Amino acid sequence: MSTSLDRLAARCAALLGPDAVIGDPVRLRTYECDGLTTHRAAPGLVVLPESADQVAAVVRACAAEGVPYVARGSGTGLSGGALPRTDGVLIVTSRMRRILEIDIPNQRAVVEPGVINLDVSKAVRPHGYYFAPDPSSQQICSVGGNVAENSGGAHCLKYGFTAHHVTACEVVTPDGEIVKLGEGPGYDLLGVFVGAEGTLGITTKITVRLTRVPETVRTLLAAFDSIESGGTAVSAIIGAGVVPAAIEMMDALAIEAAEAAVGCGYPAGAGAVLIVELDGPDGEVAHQFDQVERLCRDAGAFEVRVAADDAERALIWTGRKSAFAAVGRISPAYLVQDGVIPRTALPGVLARIDALSAASGVRVANVFHAGDGNLHPLVLFDDAEEGAAERAEEVSGAILDLCVEHGGSITGEHGVGVDKARYMPRMFTAEDLDTMQMVRCGFDPTGLCNPGKVFPTPRLCGEVPGVRKGPHPLVAEGKAELF
Amino acid sequence: MDALDALAGACADVRPAEPEEGVLGVAPRYVAAPATVEEASALLRAAAGHGLAMVARGGETRLDWGPPPTRCDLLVDTRRLDRIVEHAAGDLVATAEAGVPLDDLNAALGAHGQRLALDGPPGSTVGGTVAAGAAGPLRLRYGTPRDLVIGLTIVRADGTVARSGGKVVKNVAGYDLGRLFAGSFGTLGLIVSATFRLHPLPPARAFVSQTYGSAAEAYDAVHAVLHSQADAAAIECATAPGAGHRVDVLLEGVAEALPARSDRVASLIGGTVAEQAPDGWGAYPDGSALIETSVPPASLKDLLTGPHAATAALTWSASGHGWAALPAGTPPERVAEVLAALRSIGGAVVRFAPEDVRAAVDVWGPVPALALMRRVKDQFDPEHRLSPGRFAGGI
Repeated sequence: MSTSLDRLAARCAALLGPDAVIGDPVRLRTYECDGLTTHRAAPGLVVLPESADQVAAVVRACAAEGVPYVARGSGTGLSGGALPRTDGVLIVTSRMRRILEIDIPNQRAVVEPGVINLDVSKAVRPHGYYFAPDPSSQQICSVGGNVAENSGGAHCLKYGFTAHHVTACEVVTPDGEIVKLGEGPGYDLLGVFVGAEGTLGITTKITVRLTRVPETVRTLLAAFDSIESGGTAVSAIIGAGVVPAAIEMMDALAIEAAEAAVGCGYPAGAGAVLIVELDGPDGEVAHQFDQVERLCRDAGAFEVRVAADDAERALIWTGRKSAFAAVGRISPAYLVQDGVIPRTALPGVLARIDALSAASGVRVANVFHAGDGNLHPLVLFDDAEEGAAERAEEVSGAILDLCVEHGGSITGEHGVGVDKARYMPRMFTAEDLDTMQMVRCGFDPTGLCNPGKVFPTPRLCGEVPGVRKGPHPLVAEGKAELF
Repeated sequence: MDALDALAGACADVRPAEPEEGVLGVAPRYVAAPATVEEASALLRAAAGHGLAMVARGGETRLDWGPPPTRCDLLVDTRRLDRIVEHAAGDLVATAEAGVPLDDLNAALGAHGQRLALDGPPGSTVGGTVAAGAAGPLRLRYGTPRDLVIGLTIVRADGTVARSGGKVVKNVAGYDLGRLFAGSFGTLGLIVSATFRLHPLPPARAFVSQTYGSAAEAYDAVHAVLHSQADAAAIECATAPGAGHRVDVLLEGVAEALPARSDRVASLIGGTVAEQAPDGWGAYPDGSALIETSVPPASLKDLLTGPHAATAALTWSASGHGWAALPAGTPPERVAEVLAALRSIGGAVVRFAPEDVRAAVDVWGPVPALALMRRVKDQFDPEHRLSPGRFAGGI
């Protein structure tokens, strides 16, 4: 008697061609995790559709068999949103990589979901445009994945997230219908689809907004004795009414790691460094840049370096962009946390993180998008030491509690996925979660589309703390930068 | 217990409706004005217990938009939900209850050099603005409520209070119901408070304007600015039958740089610079029927010269969103022609119109994904008691 997966494999081979279906257990292992490598599950079947019709046919076939399915782009997600189901189908969009249309007069491009984020910007750069969302994995992550995760990036402080830069999506619904969201009157279903982490359907065509390349970009690095004075500078900049393209901060431990890894040459003895980038019209940027430089010095910056050109700008960013992977130089293993606090709570929360660290003996390096209060604490531990992973996980979870306690969020950009579904009740009431799931019930009443993600479910067996050893494989291969 | 007693038991301010309080002629039986989220929740629970259909009312600036409700037993007036709950100036966020007038909110924020960058016509409340997805010329730079709401509290049809988002701008935890509710016109739940991302008030602003004889010149001016690095906060174009084609560009920024920036735009489009907003800035075009349009920038010439342009007064933002207004007495068949012409180059939704016109034309035009919308509606409002019939596709 054949299983439903056997029948699906045969059906998909007939629909998509045999070379678009992977059932060999060895090859399936390639897909067993996304960027969060601690959650692993080899998919029951992988399909590689080339068109919306094929995606719809696969979804209908899954629905007919009652088999769950998960969509996957480049697999760079950091919350296990694309974690496959062993009893399900993984629908991989890597063969849907065409940029279908570039429409400069309307400042739009239409792309397939597997198109790499940075390739959109490369394609429109000759016209003076780019695609603004710039997640750290932008050299390899897919636009379809960006839609699922509502990806941000270092520059989302000024430019917003994927939701602000996608104007329409063609979507295969869990019914296997192909619909267009974002056009015409009615509910903003596109607005809720973006960021739903693939639980409401699979996008097969994405219309993105293109942003004009700014006239000027200016970047500075300011070094402070302490994280407090760096925080004072950030408050002063925001308080002065400046909206920088990016404000990034690193603490002493993160700087130490970056120096060890890439020799970024940040000012010696800094307790914190701040990277501030402004962009826009020449005169506007020139005026505000002087203001920012002054505010940094007033807040106690002992050195301010201004990038004279693109090469110097890249040098300033090198340390920041390498920080995650660099932590591997100072610790055998670490957890990457992603939480958000109101920016003004930064000093208090950092003091609490210090206290947590001191009390537990677990070191924490801090890297953050300071402008929007998005913390990326790197919780360091030695996985050879018994109980260290659990202690690190405890500290990491306590940091999320701090975020919620201060009115923040359990995730600013990495998503909930499987990793944080269990934390959702710390931020939302049962009624809140129930209400969100009403949307899901409207889209996917049978719950076959990426089940087990976003919303809390019984914990899976074998779940272990989110350990990452050394650099992410994609970083090691030079395909991605993390920051 | 009869319905009025039940409502009065839930909410301190309940009364029988006055005859003139009808929504497009559909007279409610009761009017209730809850003052707190708890009261709103109890009120909707009581209304659910009696199967009452309800319509929410804020500043009444858009209560006549859309078709009349198929039923309306209860009018929920939000004006007593009037607290600015929090303005965290250092975090550039603010939370306000639904009944707070947007102008009041912006006055309070302005005292701290900040604003909510939604510049719709005056008189609207926070809740109404979100429910209508309304935004003015600044939408080119800042978007609409869906882009600026970072947290939303709603009361569901059964009285359940639910919240999504939060009070930090960067947040991807859970579904973003703020975007779903923006523009849902009260058909999914009662919006009771919203948290917004704010922006600093620009220290200075300048308008660069010109009126052109031909649509081609106006098109060229709009596209020259849109594709430049001038970083305009708004680009508007307006015309009316027999009038020229006016282009207005808003630049915002530091006073030290603004004169040079506005001079450059002025020379780019042959315009003149002014500090004050031009007449009619951000206002709907005049008429007895108002149509919301979506026409992309590349089709601007068609918008300005199409068969509808002989009848309609038009405003349009380079965001691709605009308005068309038709004079009183325009016969329904002419309105239908205007709609057809507009729909051949984009989208057109009739927001308000005389009753005979509304009854005779397709108010919404094509509604993609309508089946999915109906299913979402059925989840939130299975008994169809929330503004029934007022939304796209008869939702």
